[in-house]
Parts: sequence; C-alpha cells; structure tokens
Amino acid sequence: MSALALSRWQFAITIIYHFIFVPITIGMALSLAIMQTAYHRTKNEKYGQIVDFFGKLFAINFAIGVVTGIVQEFQFGMNWSQYSVFVGNIFGAPLAIEGLLAFFLESTFLGIWLFGKGKVSERVHLFSIWMVSIGTMFSALFILAANSFMQHPVGYKIDPSTHRAVMTDFFALLVNPTLIVTFFHTLLAAITTAAAIILAVSAYQLAKRGKTPAFSAAARFGIAVLFVSMFLNAFVGHIQGQVMTKEQPMKMASAEALYNTQTGASFSLLTIGNLSGQPIFQIRLPHLLSVLADNSWNSTVQGINQLQAQDVAKYGPGSYEPPVWVTYWTFRIMVGVGGVLLLFAAIGLWYMKRRKLDDTHWYLKAAVWVAALPFIANTTGWIFTEVGRQPWIVYGLLKTSGGVSNLSSLSVGITLVGFTVIYTVLAIVDGMLMFRYARKPLSEPPQSAESAHTADLVY
Amino acid sequence: MDNPTALQIVWFTLIAILWSGYFFLEGFDFGVGMLLGVLGKSDMDRRLMINAIGPTWDGNEVWLLVAGGATFAAFPVWYATVFSAFYLALFLILAALIFRGVAFEYRGKGLSEKWRKWWDVAIIVGSALPAILWGVAFGDFVHGIPLNHAGQFTGNFFSLLSPYSVFTGLTTGVVFATHGALFLALKTTGELRERTQRLARRLAPAAMVFIFAFLAWTYFNASHINDTGVVPGILPVGALMVAVAAVVLVQEGYFGWAFASIGASIVGITATLFLNLYPRVLVSSTNNAFSLTIPQAASEHYTLVVMTIVAAIFTPLVLLYQGWTYHVFRKRISAPGAGGETAVPATSPTPE
Repeated sequence: MSALALSRWQFAITIIYHFIFVPITIGMALSLAIMQTAYHRTKNEKYGQIVDFFGKLFAINFAIGVVTGIVQEFQFGMNWSQYSVFVGNIFGAPLAIEGLLAFFLESTFLGIWLFGKGKVSERVHLFSIWMVSIGTMFSALFILAANSFMQHPVGYKIDPSTHRAVMTDFFALLVNPTLIVTFFHTLLAAITTAAAIILAVSAYQLAKRGKTPAFSAAARFGIAVLFVSMFLNAFVGHIQGQVMTKEQPMKMASAEALYNTQTGASFSLLTIGNLSGQPIFQIRLPHLLSVLADNSWNSTVQGINQLQAQDVAKYGPGSYEPPVWVTYWTFRIMVGVGGVLLLFAAIGLWYMKRRKLDDTHWYLKAAVWVAALPFIANTTGWIFTEVGRQPWIVYGLLKTSGGVSNLSSLSVGITLVGFTVIYTVLAIVDGMLMFRYARKPLSEPPQSAESAHTADLVY
Repeated sequence: MDNPTALQIVWFTLIAILWSGYFFLEGFDFGVGMLLGVLGKSDMDRRLMINAIGPTWDGNEVWLLVAGGATFAAFPVWYATVFSAFYLALFLILAALIFRGVAFEYRGKGLSEKWRKWWDVAIIVGSALPAILWGVAFGDFVHGIPLNHAGQFTGNFFSLLSPYSVFTGLTTGVVFATHGALFLALKTTGELRERTQRLARRLAPAAMVFIFAFLAWTYFNASHINDTGVVPGILPVGALMVAVAAVVLVQEGYFGWAFASIGASIVGITATLFLNLYPRVLVSSTNNAFSLTIPQAASEHYTLVVMTIVAAIFTPLVLLYQGWTYHVFRKRISAPGAGGETAVPATSPTPE
C-alpha cells in the first residue's frame, strides 16, 4: 500500500478511536458539574455519591482522551505535512488557541478537582469542575473551527506566490455556519453519550442491587438528559443538513445516493442491492428529501452526476464523487440510531412518570446495551462527514492526495501497526477498568475525618 | 535572504519560551518518573512519588501541546518539516507519553502486584524515553539534518542520531533526572526524603559535567559550521554557573534553591539552543544555505497579529492559575504514621 493509503488508514483509526473517549469527557464533565452543583445547593448525600462514583469513571476516561489527543495534534505534521504547510496559516491558529484556552483549563482544574478535596474550599472545588467542563467545550469549539474550515473554507485567500491558503479574517472562522451547526450537533451528541452511560451504569446497579436513592436519581437524570439532548439534536441535525446542502452539495447527494437531480425529491429510507444502478428493493418517502434540504415540498436537489460535471468544469478532470456506499449507509445508521435513542428515552420518561422505572427490569437491562448506540451514531456521523468531503482534504482547495507527507510506506506501516497495537491494548485495559468501576457499590456516605485527607494519594 | 520581521521574532521568542517552560516543568516530572525504580523501594514510596506530581503533570504536558500548536500556527513550514522528518522518533515519543499518561491513572486501580509492576515500567520507560529523545531532537535542530534545496528531509531515522544530538539527549536525560530528584526532595518526608536527598547530591555533579560538556560541544559545533550566531556569551556561561551553584547548594542542603538553579540552567540551555538557531529554525547538514529560516517558515503577518492578541490576553491568565495550583499543592506528602503533615491509609485502595 502507498504511504498515502496507509496515512489515511492511520488517521481514520486514530481519530475514530480518540472520538470514542472525547464525547464521554465533554458530556460527563458537564453532568458532574451539574450534579455537584445540586449537591452544593441541597447537601443531599445522594448527589455527592453520584459525583464520587461517576467521577472515577470520568478520570479513567479522561486520561485516555488526553493521550490519544496528543497523537492527533502531532499527526498533522507527521503524516500530512503538505497539508500543514498549505493551511498552516489558518489551521494552526485554532489548534494553538485550543491548547492555550482549553487544554490548560481542563488539565489544571482537573488536577484541583481530583486532588484538591480538603485543600481548597467546597466552592472552589465546585468551581474547578465547571472550569473542566468549560475547558472541554472550548476544546470542541476550536478543533471544530479547524475542521469546519476543511469542510467549508472561509476567511482566507490563496497567496499567489506560495499557492498557500492565508488567513484574511479570523472572525469569519469563528462564525463559519458549518462551525456553528457542527458545534451544537457535536456538543449535544456528547451530552447524549454521557447521559446514556450514566443511565446504563445506574440501570445496571438498580437491577443488581435494587432501589438506591443515588442510582435512582442518576437514572432519571440520564433519561431526561438523553431525551432532551436527542430531541434538540434532531433539529440541529436538520439545520446542519441544510447548511451542508448549500455548502457541500456533493456530500448531500452522496448521503442520499441521489445520482440525478430531482425536483420534489423523495427520501430513500433504505436500499437493498446496487445504490447506483437499479436497486433490488427500496423504501422511499416522497418529497421528504426536498423538505429536508430546504424546507419546501418541491425544491430541486442536485444529483451526483450533475455535480460531478459541474466540478469537472470548475476544478478540472477527475472524480469528485465520494464513496457513496459509505456515505449512504453511515448517514442512515446515524439517523436511525438517533431515532432509537429518542424512542428509548421517551419510553423511560413514561415509566418515570408512572413511578415504575426502578422495577421495570427489561428497561433497566436494555439500558445497559443502549449505551453502545451513541458511540455508533458518533462514529458513523463523523465517518459520513469526513468521507463525504472526499476527494478533498480542504473542500475545493486541496485534495487529500496532495496533503500527504513525503514518507516511505515502511515508516507509515510501522506506525500504523504500532498505533493499532497500542490502542488495542489500551482499549482492553480501559474497558476492563471502566467495567470494574461501573460495577462497584457506592462508597459509604459519611466520610471520616481521616479519609477526608486521602485526596493526597489519589493515584 | 529576508530578515525576520519584529512579529516573527516575537513568535520565535514565544516558542522558545514555551519549550523552556515545557522542559522546566515536564523535565522534573519526567525525572520523577525515571527515578521511580531507583527511589521507590516499596509500593508506598512509589505511590508517594507519583502523587507528588499527580495533580500537576497533565498541566505541565499541555506546555508541549501549546508549543506544538504555536509552532504550527506561527511557523507552519517548521512544524511540517520537523514533524515529518522526525516521524519515527515522534512515534516513539508519542507511544511513551501515551503509556506514561494512562499509567499514572491506571496503576493504582488494579488488583495485583503484577499489574502495578507493569505500569511502573510504563512510567519509567515512558519518562526516560521522551526526556532523552526531546534532547536528541533539539540537538538535531542546531546540528542539522539532511535537508535538500527544497527543504525536504532526505535522511532516515538513523540520520537523526548524530553523536552531538545523542549527547544532547543524554544531557537532557541526566539533567531532568536531577531536577526530578530535587523536586522530590522538596515534596517528600522521612526515609524517602533522605534517600532522595542522597541521590540528588550524587546526580547534581553529574548534571553539571554533562551541561559543561554539552555547552562546550555546542560552541564547537557552532564554530564548526562557521556560525557566528547571536548567542550572548553570558547565556551559556550563566547556564553553566547556575548548574555549578546547584551542586554547591545541594551539598549545603538548600534543595529549594538547587531546584531553582537547575531549572534556570534548563531554561538557559534551551535559550542557548534557540539563539544558536536564529535566524534559522532548522539547520540543513547538507548545505547551510538550505537551512530553513524564520521568514521562510513563518505565517503571514495577519495570522501572527491574531495569535499575538490571543496570547497576550490568555497567557497571563494561564500562568496565574497554573501557578496557583502549585501553591495549593505546596505541602509535602507522606505515608501514614510517618509524622508527616497529612495522614493517608497504608494500603492501596483495593477495588472490590
């Protein structure tokens, strides 16, 4: 395989892996901050127990998110040096700002939060988890600002002498329509992910140990947050689809496997058989695609063939069609999983309202498995976003093949195998620890004067 | 050749400061990690050592991320050239940092003796390897790596291992270990503290010798490639002087001052290397004319202006709260019953 193909695989593997842990961190930090605030306000011990319990899971997860994040920052220069030179004027800035604003905030205050109990006041301790949460959101904002430039370049010009993109308007990067919708979509997805995990762990504990005030409260929190975040995200996703239709029509067409421009386009729910030719079996919902694309019954949605012809006229000969089977199916899986999550949360709300949640064993048991769904949606969503941009690395400006470093296949092969092995080991260890800590009983509520000082030896 | 603009010089300086900060801060926690096997006789010793850097190591590592990000933003060509040229070396550093980072968190969360032993190895190797390899990389920056006229790296992994750069790596390894020992001398109590102090007394002279030899070699390296440079003599001489001072201070028992002195020496060495580079960012060993310079590597004026504004607003804030955490965790930590300021249970928190 070429160094290009290997580099693409490496980036795909490492970024997908990294993004297993990131949404947990973002969503869980916010959830912990809310729970700890509840504890601070009410002094109800159950909230304190929830914070202690999920705080351990949070710390285990945070570590792996941090270390796999370093790999991502380095990889742009290591494997994509031509890309880095081309966009460095623009792309480097949000990365540096992410470090300065977000990484310092989250890592420093996480240190205070994990080790500072008894050393700082309760208010400062509460403040520190909020700072961690804000740090994670800043991090999302700036890295998505960088990614959104790749999807929809704004605030730049091409320097005629160096043929590199240079920044002309930093503010434009931050108000990029792609960024705004993607940020909220990603943030809500992270909150959904954490809510599903909190629900799953609490449900497991309730099923195993019977009614416990702390886990009953946590399960309710999980269901409510899951429902609200999924509900909102359906709308944000809809708006995002419209922004995408305007800015990256090829991505929209390939999400639908819409080969020819259609007016009053129908939405294909699923297809068996060939996507480009005559399908064996297909379910289509009339007019829905037009409605999704721009809220009108009979609007025209451009097809892949027409867009391909336009792109050839614009950028020269070549194929501008992403691998349609990937975009078509990942998009459907993401949306479908979202629907299942929303339904599951709604059922939970129903049981909650009838005060039967703690005794409904099928629901509690199902909740454990449902926790896998947000990860499927997160992953397929990003695969769709990134693969749908191909063959571009920066939409309309630079192709992925033009961004790679001048490396030997051997070098990239070594690191590809290396990262894969390391990440597999980490996945096993992390999974083991997460499961072990998720199954443990709650720690005893009344803390003795002595154990209040154990914060010294957290590790 | 163009001269660097004022803003480019500002960013070259800022990146030098970021790397100095990184080597100062993560230097000592690399040191603590490296010495885990030497000083940590018992599991409790090792836990104390790890917890001494527990609340702050992650914040220290962010200096690396910001240094990397700032290099990307301000000097994209430098970032792209270095990171792709040092491809396999960086992979090793990343692998080390990954295992080390999770080891701190995971070590105490397992059941068995064996589990902790494995993570101890991860911490020791994961600390020593980057401590040495960063030195090798910086040695390479000034000594030069094979770059052709187009600024492309034409060597392989082994062309990064010149005698000078390997010696630079050994120097950073020894200096960071010394810095780590001095840090622990300030953070521990009782028997562990005494052992740490004894080791610091032995390490400090070694660090001084390495620093002297390294600075001398750097001087000859610079004159060898006929490089007058812009290093004021006071800088390397000062870096050596404070290292000598550290040796004296450590014998007299002033561990806090010795820690500060070695830290100052680390900053002085890093500054010497950066000024030796100036106005280049990466030396070509193929032909000095092919070396990558600040103007060639830099971003456009507008990007640098934006970055300067952001840095001016947020850097003081970051320094303030990071400094505050060191204040919060200023006390020594100790095992229970040892008469320390804080009592802790004798056993590891054993999971169910």
